[in-house]
Amino acid sequence: MSLSLIRTVLLTAFSFCSAARSLSTSVHLQAQGNVSGVMLTCEKWKMPIPFSQYNSKSKKTLAKPGVKNIVLVDGVRTPFLQSGTTYADLMPHDLARAALQGLLNRTGLPKDAVDYIVYGTVIQEVKTSNVAREAALGAGFSDKTPAHTVTMACISSNQAMTTAVGLIAAGQCDAVVAGGVEFMSDVPIRHSRKMRKTMLSLNKAKTLGARLSLLGSIRLAHLSPELPAVAEFSTAETMGHSADRLAAAFGVSRLEQDEFALRSHTLAKKAQDGGMLSDVISFKVPGRDIVSKDNGIRPATMEQLAKLKPAFIKPHGTVTAANSSFLTDGASAVLIMSEEKALAMGYKPKAYLRDFVYVSQDPKDQLLLGPTYATPKVLEKSGLTLNDIDVFEFHEAFAGQIMANLKAMESDWFAQTYMGRKTKVGAPPMEKFNTWGGSLSLGHPFAATGCRLVTTVAHRLQKEGGQYGLVAACAAGGQGHAMVIEAYPQ
Amino acid sequence: IKGDVAVVRMNDPNSRVNTLSTQMQREMTEVMDEIWGNNAVQSVVLISSKPGSFIAGADLNMIQACTTAEEVTGLSQEGQRMFEKVEKSPKPIVAAINGSCLGGGLELGLPSAFDMILTGRSIRADKAKKMGLVHQLVDTLGPGLKSPEERTIEYLEEVAVEAARGLAKKQIPLTKEKGLMQSNYFLAEIQDYVMSYPFVRQQIYNTVQNKVMKQTKGLYPAPLKIIECVKAGVEQGPTAGYLVESQHFGKLAMTPESKALIGLYHGQVTCKKNRFGTPEKEVKTLAILGAGLMGAGIAQVSVDKGFHTILKDTTLEGLSRGEQQVYKGLNDKTKKKSITSFERDSFLSNLTGQLDYNGFNKADMIIEAVFEDLSIKHKVLKEVEAMIPPHCIFATNTSALPIKDIAAVSKRPEKVIGMHYFSPVDKMQLLEIITTDKTSKDTTASAVAVGLKQGKVIIVVGDGPGFYTTRCLAPMLAEAVRVLQEGVDPKKLDGLTTGFGFPVGAATLADEVGIDVAAHVAEDLGKAFGSRFGGGNVEVLKTMVEKGFKGRKSGKGCYIYQPGLKRRDVNTEALEILESYKLTSSDSDVQYRLVSRFVNEAVLCLQEGILANPVEGDIGAVFGLGFPPCLGGPFRFVDSFGADKLVEKMRKFEEVFGNQFTPCQLLLDHAKDPSKKFHK
Repeated sequence: MSLSLIRTVLLTAFSFCSAARSLSTSVHLQAQGNVSGVMLTCEKWKMPIPFSQYNSKSKKTLAKPGVKNIVLVDGVRTPFLQSGTTYADLMPHDLARAALQGLLNRTGLPKDAVDYIVYGTVIQEVKTSNVAREAALGAGFSDKTPAHTVTMACISSNQAMTTAVGLIAAGQCDAVVAGGVEFMSDVPIRHSRKMRKTMLSLNKAKTLGARLSLLGSIRLAHLSPELPAVAEFSTAETMGHSADRLAAAFGVSRLEQDEFALRSHTLAKKAQDGGMLSDVISFKVPGRDIVSKDNGIRPATMEQLAKLKPAFIKPHGTVTAANSSFLTDGASAVLIMSEEKALAMGYKPKAYLRDFVYVSQDPKDQLLLGPTYATPKVLEKSGLTLNDIDVFEFHEAFAGQIMANLKAMESDWFAQTYMGRKTKVGAPPMEKFNTWGGSLSLGHPFAATGCRLVTTVAHRLQKEGGQYGLVAACAAGGQGHAMVIEAYPQ
Repeated sequence: IKGDVAVVRMNDPNSRVNTLSTQMQREMTEVMDEIWGNNAVQSVVLISSKPGSFIAGADLNMIQACTTAEEVTGLSQEGQRMFEKVEKSPKPIVAAINGSCLGGGLELGLPSAFDMILTGRSIRADKAKKMGLVHQLVDTLGPGLKSPEERTIEYLEEVAVEAARGLAKKQIPLTKEKGLMQSNYFLAEIQDYVMSYPFVRQQIYNTVQNKVMKQTKGLYPAPLKIIECVKAGVEQGPTAGYLVESQHFGKLAMTPESKALIGLYHGQVTCKKNRFGTPEKEVKTLAILGAGLMGAGIAQVSVDKGFHTILKDTTLEGLSRGEQQVYKGLNDKTKKKSITSFERDSFLSNLTGQLDYNGFNKADMIIEAVFEDLSIKHKVLKEVEAMIPPHCIFATNTSALPIKDIAAVSKRPEKVIGMHYFSPVDKMQLLEIITTDKTSKDTTASAVAVGLKQGKVIIVVGDGPGFYTTRCLAPMLAEAVRVLQEGVDPKKLDGLTTGFGFPVGAATLADEVGIDVAAHVAEDLGKAFGSRFGGGNVEVLKTMVEKGFKGRKSGKGCYIYQPGLKRRDVNTEALEILESYKLTSSDSDVQYRLVSRFVNEAVLCLQEGILANPVEGDIGAVFGLGFPPCLGGPFRFVDSFGADKLVEKMRKFEEVFGNQFTPCQLLLDHAKDPSKKFHK
């Protein structure tokens, strides 16, 4: 969760001029020369994938005897918009409603066919604390379909999806809708504790005199509001500050971060222009225009990026507004079913949802290292190696955080000293990594990102013809998550 | 050298920390000359290769090695020259400070053109920045591709090199933050204007001097000399100021106060080590019996060190009060921002409050802090021994009951030991550990290890009534009661004792300890040691206890205590009691009457083998009982005051009061042979 408020402002100053060519430093596009055999070439993104890899996997499939196959039928999301823009006057459940309705439209799902709805959110609107239920009712789902809300910082919708997987695996449900919403254009700002206390006592005060004396006790200082914490509760450190320290700990330079951020924006722009982001649905915002595109994708030049001052650690920090993810409004939703049910209903599923793990570490010095811890664990669980994975989708909280994770995954010393492993897991090859952009460029509505990652993996597997995909993400509280996704045979 | 920036790494191979030694000064001067001679170097970074320590200050051994004031003055002047050199450097210097930066270390850091301090936890770094001492803060790093310590220093160096480069190219301005400057500008202007009048300056010197006199009672010479140095510097210019400074520094280094304080420093370092070795089994779970003031205090200093702590009491009220005390102690720390509220909560999660013996089967050590009554202690010991595992140590917190009497009912006396904490436990540094002849060495090692982890300065003494500390204090308090009976006002008595250098006056001390406790101890020790412990009439204390004047805790003792009021009035009813036991005034030297009995008893403890060595005796007296630090402890006091002079005084008192002032054999030996000293 990165709350770099200033970024939206700063980025508007950037031109849209594309700097794609300068990217070759960070994206390695060259073909793997010695591989023979048929090449499957992704049309927009000239990336050769050796077909022979198909037969060289550690495992042919991750299906296990006696375990239900659970599938992703489809996934959608509203356009992710910088907060304070077109969605500004909505409420969180409005956005969630749009995503849910979009899912219904996309899948043609009968509204009463859903057994259960699980939805994630991080910053809670107090009026709709169970936002899942409010959105489901508003989206026209049957009022007989129960719904609950989960929260786990930036992996809230991952939690929603795995909850759905659990419900299906346990045989309690056959069709579950999971998703997440984040609405940063409006956040609950509270009165101070003292003021709240006085106001609550006021309710109980019986006589006019008692009320007046309570009112008289209000001091000017009581009127100053309490903003939602932008910091880790346990350490009082803001996430950007922690990311900057993490980057420094792993020796990630400002240049590397800016390059990665630029890569994210450039790839996102390319994916957007190339029509890859098919999970995005159009949304008619009441009183405004129809929105059908993410609005945070802004490729700039390295020079422009280099001009920015550090946003958190001054003056020598390396994390800036441009290499951090920005405050975003958005919602996402996926339809998860047992394979039998999906086939019985005539669906062509997109992917199998396979093994997943949650991890947690020190919330101070390892706040954002979730992917480093989760990746080897989930690979081990599923019996795969890093080489088996064709598609990587990692949540990009900060460019520095991604680079630090990649370095940590490449380090034997780190694996041995901090993870109790014999060897490193290895870093994902960049040509398979977040090739349609990521949270840095597409935006990061905290609780909606997880579904975007999973849906993107499914779509990329289909487009690029891979078999296995890996989702990994970090989250506030020093937690992390990873999931293995297997392409549904076409 | 990194490009155009020279990086000077300080690393004293012979020590855990860097100190300003003659060698270091010499090397520093050489390096500086080299740097100025090198045209390729545009700026300099000073950094320590030791994690957590920049320069800890001047080398004490270096000062101790000097025999004359002139020698020290010379050292000081050399140091000044080095600092001046750094200060007037034509090339910008960045001091990259990681961790402690004290005394001379700070001086080296400060004049540097651009300073930096680093430490993640400590708020002191923030404060230093606010005070304008440092310009830029660098955070500590977590694990990365190298160990956090190593990488943090590396990172600090990288940042410092960048800053140095920026300074050299004049990209980074040297001024302090503008906001601060502007808001203070007006004030500063006025200050400058006012300060230009000698009259005003004189007033300021006087005010400061009076304040110092009030706080030190004139017992510590250094602060006054510092004022003189500043005065000389302001009135006669920096050169004269430096000269006066180095001369005063030389003189001060030779004073007995300086020797006493350096001795205490070394003693404290010694008492922070475990001379009994590493215990076989590390204590992880600690069970404390009794959630009173002591029990809860012990719990407080244990939970934040990672001990899983069980706090057991017999009543819900008692337990609740004790847990609140622990919470308050930690919460006060969060208010001062020395820990975060999260750390407070996580410390508190180590605490289990309970009324039963649940979980005692997993305890590694029991610290019993129940009421000072032998039969209760026996009952508790027997009860607990039935519950605990064989390896578990039973430590008893008592201020006077002999440990062997408590251990008498134990089935495993080798596991019984005394741990005498001082109240308030979280503030008082001393822990007196008492071993009986049956206590095993491993038990002692374990108790010392626990105490050290709790952050205590530890003395290990032999068993006997009152051990060491209580035994020294008792005769002094007995004498204090006699003085009161002679008609000396409690306030006067307090003034006399603090005037000698005790931080707390004798009458106040009695109130703090508790009149009932004092009476109890006086009676017990009186029985054990006979007339030597006489002096004031024990009945005085007993009568006060009967009337409910138990000291601070009951609101009345020698003084009257009212919640919220700092001012204390003398308890006139107590005076009436004293009146009824009035003795004829002997009008002799009250200060030495009090101190000589204290010191004589301390020396006797060494003679009898209760104390293992004079160092622990000095540390125990200063850190546990508030013996004047400027005197360095009873043994150092005998050394510097002269055993013969002390014996002479005591003989005079002996004629008037009797055997309470009979000097012990060891003291007489030292009096006869002036070459005998407790401290070499």
